[in-house]
Amino acid sequence: MKTKIYIKSFCFLLAGLMLANMALAAGEEDAAWNNVLKQKYFGDRSIDESTASIELTAPYRAEDPALVPISVTAKKPQSPTDYIKTITLIIDNNPVPFAAAFHFTPESGKADIATRLRFNAYTNIRAIAETNDGKLSMVKAFVKASGGCSAPIGADLEAAMARMGKMKFKLEGDKVSLNQPNQTQLLVSHPSISGMQMDQISRQIKPAHFVNQVKVSFNGKPIMSAETDIALSTDPNFRFYFVPDKAGELKAEVKDNQGKEFSYTQTVSP
Amino acid sequence: MFKRLICFAVFFSAFTAFAMAEELNLKEVATGVFVHQGIHALPDRQNHGEIANIGFIVGDRCVAVIDSGGSPAQGLALKSAIKATTKTPICHVINTHVHPDHVYGNIAFKEPGVSFIGHRKLTQSLAARAPYYLEKAGRDMGMTLKNEDFIAPDKSVDSIMELDLGGRKLILTAHGPAHTDNDLSVYDDKTQTLWLADLLFMGHVPVIDGSLTGWLKELEKLKKIEARLAIPGHGPVASEWPKAAEAETRYLEMLRNEIRQYIKQGKTMEQAMAQVGQSARGEWQLFDDFHKRNIATAFAELEWED
Repeated sequence: MKTKIYIKSFCFLLAGLMLANMALAAGEEDAAWNNVLKQKYFGDRSIDESTASIELTAPYRAEDPALVPISVTAKKPQSPTDYIKTITLIIDNNPVPFAAAFHFTPESGKADIATRLRFNAYTNIRAIAETNDGKLSMVKAFVKASGGCSAPIGADLEAAMARMGKMKFKLEGDKVSLNQPNQTQLLVSHPSISGMQMDQISRQIKPAHFVNQVKVSFNGKPIMSAETDIALSTDPNFRFYFVPDKAGELKAEVKDNQGKEFSYTQTVSP
Repeated sequence: MFKRLICFAVFFSAFTAFAMAEELNLKEVATGVFVHQGIHALPDRQNHGEIANIGFIVGDRCVAVIDSGGSPAQGLALKSAIKATTKTPICHVINTHVHPDHVYGNIAFKEPGVSFIGHRKLTQSLAARAPYYLEKAGRDMGMTLKNEDFIAPDKSVDSIMELDLGGRKLILTAHGPAHTDNDLSVYDDKTQTLWLADLLFMGHVPVIDGSLTGWLKELEKLKKIEARLAIPGHGPVASEWPKAAEAETRYLEMLRNEIRQYIKQGKTMEQAMAQVGQSARGEWQLFDDFHKRNIATAFAELEWED
């Protein structure tokens, strides 16, 4: 009888502890953002947490933490007087929380962006949109890294290294539709490595090597540009819109942190 | 009542974990070839990552360990099982690839006279993954590991290495990117046993952490080897070769063919992850844990084909 009571009270204690832990975890999720990151990246500017401007789609479970597809969708089309200027992606608990900042123009048509990112931990990802009137709004999603043997590294870095700088644009069909937003995808081959810190194992420190700037234009007019960091997956990939008014050239100019520059053009026609 | 059940579960799992550390089940699948069969599960706090097939081969002069286990404790259990089986000293620990369930037992074998052998790319892969794996060992398995627990090979295999254990010769082959970019297979000439580790999955859905097309290429070459038995990294202790690779080949070919179609049709990685290969679900265990991940990895590889 006495044992039973002990077991019971132990169980209550255990249940209590579990509840306390859960409460703590819920508050903790935003701690890094509230205490450090918001100030670091946006200073004292006020940020509205709202889905009025953009929506963020991220998987709740990162199936492959090296390749997590993320997309941001704008709620309305870009217009010369009312458009999204910048969308910034922050991954709170990554070693480098800043993942990328994408810049758009009215010529982008739609300020949608999809890319693939690395997730090192269980963490929130935030998308912060800045409209042309300077207002900031934020949406966030929680992503759990998957189990198993996964690691946020590329699977075959040698292959990516061998074709470094190779790029291509992919359109939805063979031809573009004039004067309306057309989706395009830019593929960039680059190992995008964050550097190998474990020199006690490798006896060699491989420096970080990743894409840090992307510029895309159509017939010389900027459509999308970005500053990026090591959270970009190996072989960075971007999906976005542009509005062609006639046949012309899509051009991508990419730089990496070691000063290498790559460029690529592709002709598109209606 | 429910709470009491939880309590019993807690006590019971602590008890079985303790019991597991004491004894390792091994089966002699061919003369002097001993294999411990893992379980089809994700690494967690109950199984401590002790999920892969591991074992050893005994020669006249030397024992070669093939994969040391998913935890330092399992490494110790394997070591004591070896001591209980033979007086022949352990000379080599062969790591078939970088994944934790195959290398975390290494520390148990580290002593003078024991050499660690791996693929030429194993050191680099360990170095890149160790910081993340350390954190994950704590998070998923409640296991505290130190940098010293990650033991890089002191002998690396460039393409082929022969290892004389005394009275039997092992042929170690370093493969191109397949399951990972650092897969090593071991062929025992005495018993014609092909120890494939994670180049061969049976029952447990294959996991692509290297190259899908590369894996199929390596399988083609491996199938030509005249082996009596193959030992998978996950699955039964030994099976008939090359029949053992049929299901895996079928799965990988299906992925390759379907994803190529998706890319050709201009579909996205997200669409492929949601739809490709769902019909294979019934054939594999842990399908929901790895299948989508396989699609992502394969998609990122195949979109560079043309």
